[in-house]
Amino acid sequence: MGGVLTEQELQYLEEKLQRKANEIEQDIVGAEWSEHCSYKSSKKYLRLLPTKGGRVIVAPGYDAGVLDLCDGYVLTVHIESHNHPSAVEPFGGAATGVGGVIRDIMSMGTRPIAVVDALRFAPITGKSKSVAKSKWLFKNVVKGIAEYGNCIGIPTVGGEIEFDSSFEDYCLVDVASIGFGRKEDIIANQAEIGDVIVLAGGSTGRDGIHGASFASKALQAENRSAVQIPDPFLEKLLLEATMEAIKHGCIKSIKDLGGGGLSCCLSETSDNLGRGFDVELSRVHAREEGMTPNELMISESQERMLYVIDSTKLPALQSILDKYEIRYTILGTVQEHQDLVVRRDGSVVAQMPSHLVAHAPLADRASRCPKYLDRIKSVKQPRAPANLGKALLALLANPSIASKRWVYHQYDHEVGVRTVVKPGAGDAAVMRLDNGKLVAVKLDGNSKHCYLDPYQGTLGCLSEGRRNVICTGAEPVGVVDHLQFASPEDPEIFWTFTQAVNAIVDYCKFMDIPVVGGKVSFYNETVNGPIKPSPVIGTLGLVDDASHVTRSALQKDDSIFVIGHTSPEMGGSEYYEYYHGITGGPVPQVNLQTDKQNASAVLKLVRSGLAGCAHDCSKGGLAVALAEMAIAGRTGFKVDLSSVPNSCKALDELMFSESHSRYVIGTKEPEEVRRILPSEGVAFAEIGKTASSIKFVQGKKTIRLTLKQLQISYESLEKTMQS
Amino acid sequence: MAPPKIGIAVFPGSNCDRDVHHVVNNLLGIQADFIWHTKDCITGYNAMIIPGGFAFGDRLRAGIIAAHSPIVQEVKRMAMDGLPVLGICNGFQILVEAELLPGALMMNDSLRFVCRWTKVQVQNNRTPFTSQFDKMQAFDIPVAHGEGRYVADSEILKELKKKNQIVLQYSNDDPNGSTDLIAAICNEEGNVMGMMPHPERASENLLTINGRNDAITIFRSLISHLQQQEQQKAIA
Repeated sequence: MGGVLTEQELQYLEEKLQRKANEIEQDIVGAEWSEHCSYKSSKKYLRLLPTKGGRVIVAPGYDAGVLDLCDGYVLTVHIESHNHPSAVEPFGGAATGVGGVIRDIMSMGTRPIAVVDALRFAPITGKSKSVAKSKWLFKNVVKGIAEYGNCIGIPTVGGEIEFDSSFEDYCLVDVASIGFGRKEDIIANQAEIGDVIVLAGGSTGRDGIHGASFASKALQAENRSAVQIPDPFLEKLLLEATMEAIKHGCIKSIKDLGGGGLSCCLSETSDNLGRGFDVELSRVHAREEGMTPNELMISESQERMLYVIDSTKLPALQSILDKYEIRYTILGTVQEHQDLVVRRDGSVVAQMPSHLVAHAPLADRASRCPKYLDRIKSVKQPRAPANLGKALLALLANPSIASKRWVYHQYDHEVGVRTVVKPGAGDAAVMRLDNGKLVAVKLDGNSKHCYLDPYQGTLGCLSEGRRNVICTGAEPVGVVDHLQFASPEDPEIFWTFTQAVNAIVDYCKFMDIPVVGGKVSFYNETVNGPIKPSPVIGTLGLVDDASHVTRSALQKDDSIFVIGHTSPEMGGSEYYEYYHGITGGPVPQVNLQTDKQNASAVLKLVRSGLAGCAHDCSKGGLAVALAEMAIAGRTGFKVDLSSVPNSCKALDELMFSESHSRYVIGTKEPEEVRRILPSEGVAFAEIGKTASSIKFVQGKKTIRLTLKQLQISYESLEKTMQS
Repeated sequence: MAPPKIGIAVFPGSNCDRDVHHVVNNLLGIQADFIWHTKDCITGYNAMIIPGGFAFGDRLRAGIIAAHSPIVQEVKRMAMDGLPVLGICNGFQILVEAELLPGALMMNDSLRFVCRWTKVQVQNNRTPFTSQFDKMQAFDIPVAHGEGRYVADSEILKELKKKNQIVLQYSNDDPNGSTDLIAAICNEEGNVMGMMPHPERASENLLTINGRNDAITIFRSLISHLQQQEQQKAIA
């Protein structure tokens, strides 16, 4: 045990304590000062993010971002990852990832209404010998998310999945949840001396020991004991009991037990409340005999919540917990001092100032532009295939692009009777709220772009998120970020992290949109090497009127418009990476002004009802976007590609470039759209109409396909998973 | 004439209880109350709905623990008294485990949980839950279950057909491999029905895939049945 603190950290701790730290104290601090819990490498940079303004309600110690809907209701949002555990034990790792983020939403006093997830694996097709393992990971991660979300009754409504060889023997599992509730029910996080600290939920066992530290190192040996065991049924009981306790005004502060177990939960809650805690470990209901104080303090056993309550409310809370047959224990009381005092059978085994425990000394990380970037800046342009139609079909069958029906049919995405835009039907999930408004939510990432240019790649994720919610008729109101990188101790890796942060700062300031939550995950690497930089952006949008909600399916007799300019920016495109096996080249650049103008023009078209359908161009470019709209609408189209605003020299570039800020819309009133768009200052063109089959025309050249061909390729994931 | 009241059974792990409540109470304006599973005496309710979810976390087998809870003993009594009892999804599984309905619900033939929209057709429109449908009327409705494949031996099937107990059938779009495409069955008397699809999820145009909330007719039929019964009582 112990030994997680670096020598300097231990020295710092003992200087502050003005004495030696005992082994238990070292373990408590070791858990809390792990990268996972302390953000010691990233905190300085995260302070740059625009986290205030707009609808954001800020308060100390909130586990989730809170957005004020200004009518007595609030939305909460939080994002987490569970990468290391999922790479070792995909089912349990992914399931407990869902559990953790749901508890964060509950901790705010809101009911979770949706889960979305962003998943990354190594390729599940092709000849690589890692294909079987990647499929195993993919299959079981999906199963873990499904079992947990389905059982607890929170719909899993969307997300995104990317496959890239940098995730070999590994995976990224990001889960975000949104909550909805009354503003008056938001937990105030205030406590008085004498208040009671209650630990409720699952028993504490030896599972998940050193989980946070495990997640703060590169994945080397398979460390299964660091993975927690999921119990969605218990979490469901905790959810209902917590909601009931909040309704009865029982709770002053809540915190879920996640990474770092009791160590982090107690020290952070005590620090947030500005009050000392005195707790007795012998009261913890343990799963196994003979657990040491260290183990009890750092176990990450799941489905546990900490409540701070007024002692007079204890009987009310007890009767609620009894109703749900949830085990609980009165762990201790709130004290006048500012320390975390931990006892075992009455005697103090650890005593440290909570503020000290909760605030790790920040690490200074060196940062240096990676050498690999020079190597991949320019690549030899590949020869375009003779049959671009076949290339399109190949891209549609690419698991990063293909329909994720196989995945979302395993998720209960309807429970809760809120899901208006369902998985696969639109660019973002849209959930109906009790106040008549709707919330759109989407996660976006692009490891391939971010590897080639972490700054532009991250801007691209933000732009894509914005485009996605705009297409559904929503106005973006906030983003969450999940920054996933390899070791921050590597200056070249750390540089990519700082670039991603800069991009979020620049984009969000320009768009005047707050970052309402986020998470950093470092040390995502295996013996095979580091993962590609993988920031994932979650975008939230609001729709005021259900009639504005728009999906992506082309409708019969639609005229088709493209908004936005297509440039030959092929670096990191699925066409280069998946089809040609090329890594390198110029990455799509985001022009912030253009991005804003295009989004605002499209939102106008969507909200006025002129655009009957809307879809953004992202992975696979314009050709894939059109194909997806055709498949969704079960209709063909005929488009003239030469009319598309572009600066491409070749047809393959025009079809598959992943230039940002582009949209495709379908309309029944083309004259009106042609009349409106010029005043919006956007590049646009009417490129064609729906038809019975698929035709891309450029000059004398015509690429012909049938809708059936598109469908077969696009729906290939089920077959891939069975083979 | 007293307005009808509907009880919604809630077990630890039920998760469609609030959705059903929303439809009955908010959309249709009929009082619906949650009744916790430990309740062993239920009075004043004209019908019971057992909603979907994972009662007791589907431990041992879906529905089996719930089937032995106090509330289900009351539901059995109410069913004997002729009161309408509707089980949806996990509620259907519970009714089968409680032996209020014959047959069994097994793992889907895909061996995976399936959540998607499908179409069902009304085979029997003479139950309290389907009286407002036309016979053979087809409508869209979602399913969401891991163990929804209805199976029964040939004797039971013969009886079900003879006594017109097959209420809903999947119309050629079978999500789980059920025998004879069975999506819903009722008991001999017709007052107890179990269905795998979720009518509460298809009761508002906004939430449906084609803008048609035909499935709300399940609840409308039930309410109209209860109102008629109250009227008859009032006349008597």
